[in-house]
Amino acid sequence: MESKTALYEVHKEMGARMVPFAGWSMPLHYGSQIEEHHAVRRDAGMFDVSHMLVLDLEGGNARSFLRHLLANDVDRLQDSGRALYSCMLNEQGGVMDDLIVYRLGDDWFRMVVNAGCADKDLAWIERQARPFCVAVRPRRDLAMVAVQGPRAREKATPLLPPGFAGVVAGMPVFHAAVAADWLVARTGYTGEDGFEIMLPQGAAPALWRALAGAGVSPCGLGARDTLRLEAGMNLYGSDMDEQTSPLESGLGWTIAWEPKERDFIGRKALEPRRDDPANRRLVGLLLEGRGVLRNHQKVFSGAAGIGEVTSGGFAPTLQRSIALARVRPDIGETCSVEIRGRRVPARVVRPPFVRRGKACIDLEGVKS
Amino acid sequence: MSEIPTDLRYCGTHEWVSGVEDGVVTVGITDHAQEQLGDLVFVELPEVGTPVEAEAECAVVESVKAASDIYSPVDGEVVEVNEALADSPELINDDPYGDGWMFKIRVADETDLDNLLDADGYREVAEAE
Repeated sequence: MESKTALYEVHKEMGARMVPFAGWSMPLHYGSQIEEHHAVRRDAGMFDVSHMLVLDLEGGNARSFLRHLLANDVDRLQDSGRALYSCMLNEQGGVMDDLIVYRLGDDWFRMVVNAGCADKDLAWIERQARPFCVAVRPRRDLAMVAVQGPRAREKATPLLPPGFAGVVAGMPVFHAAVAADWLVARTGYTGEDGFEIMLPQGAAPALWRALAGAGVSPCGLGARDTLRLEAGMNLYGSDMDEQTSPLESGLGWTIAWEPKERDFIGRKALEPRRDDPANRRLVGLLLEGRGVLRNHQKVFSGAAGIGEVTSGGFAPTLQRSIALARVRPDIGETCSVEIRGRRVPARVVRPPFVRRGKACIDLEGVKS
Repeated sequence: MSEIPTDLRYCGTHEWVSGVEDGVVTVGITDHAQEQLGDLVFVELPEVGTPVEAEAECAVVESVKAASDIYSPVDGEVVEVNEALADSPELINDDPYGDGWMFKIRVADETDLDNLLDADGYREVAEAE
């Protein structure tokens, strides 16, 4: 039996098609995944992301603990109310999870990790935290709603508890504000502007209904996936996992190598591979022939197999099929992908494909 | 529950088949099938003139979620395909039994149609999923 979020009944009432996902019953869509995708690119949409695990880390050593636990450096968070994207690595340098960490005080940090990794992450973090005497507190009492799109902030701000309006008005990207048990962050997973809102479970249905009343479209996991793929954002378990290093997952930029003496988990294994020209690359593909790119399809350069699609699909904003693929470093500007027994030409591009409603890649020269 | 017109015949693999007109039947996928697939984004149809065999793959539909094979309900030859689906695969979502039809087959042996399900038989298949 899957777990239910605080919004389960509201989803059913709003016509969601519910599917099992990482042990949770979650909305796939509320009618049309593509319309939900467009709502986020053009106006505003909302996602129930309460299945993700919120972890509070508290104690005088919380900062030094996170500097050991994470590949990115929480010392980049100079003030409370700032957020950072990071990988959490194992000793071999493989990616255990990717996450956002918030600094909420001098001795208080918060992490949001993937639902599919929650149990594994919690066990790992508790074990690593023990020598640091840092308290690890799962916050299953909180729900989380992402409101995304060019009009998301304007529609959501008036519905936040009193006190937030002034604070979030000019809040920069990757900043967060906290009041009572609410946290409002200017973050997301769609390539659009917006908020991610953590709040007490009991308050979630009322916020969801109020957002719907303000014209924010409910969106499911389906649109969440096509939006993040267009935005060129990795999906844990597809684009990287414990067997792949961030250096081969397009995530080298998230590793803080300086200062040299910071001993984060995975550093010893990764450092020798840091500038290895043999590292595979995670690239974007734009399909030039007909068909749809899908996970695990093989990528070819001439007759030689050079890699595999890690996330493929149809990009509603571009009306083309796109993918992320892990390939040999010597890939050229074009390749082909085996789709159902046929080799279909594709162009190698640099993600993101779409940001803030606009195509970031040149679609010209593409045969439809 | 999805719509299952009583004047059509069905395959367990979710294709519908119209009545025979001048030896030709029209084939598409059911309302239930399009609902399960989600928004369709790509359709690959057979070429006109292709011989097809009952229960053999003859077309592909791809949704935002996955690719699905479409099987020919009967032996015969493809005589017409719905060209509009190339640019507007969503016609299958919007009108699976009308504008979303997929192809027409000249039937080799019309008694083959007796092997197909009626609406009640197909409803059982769809509900069992």
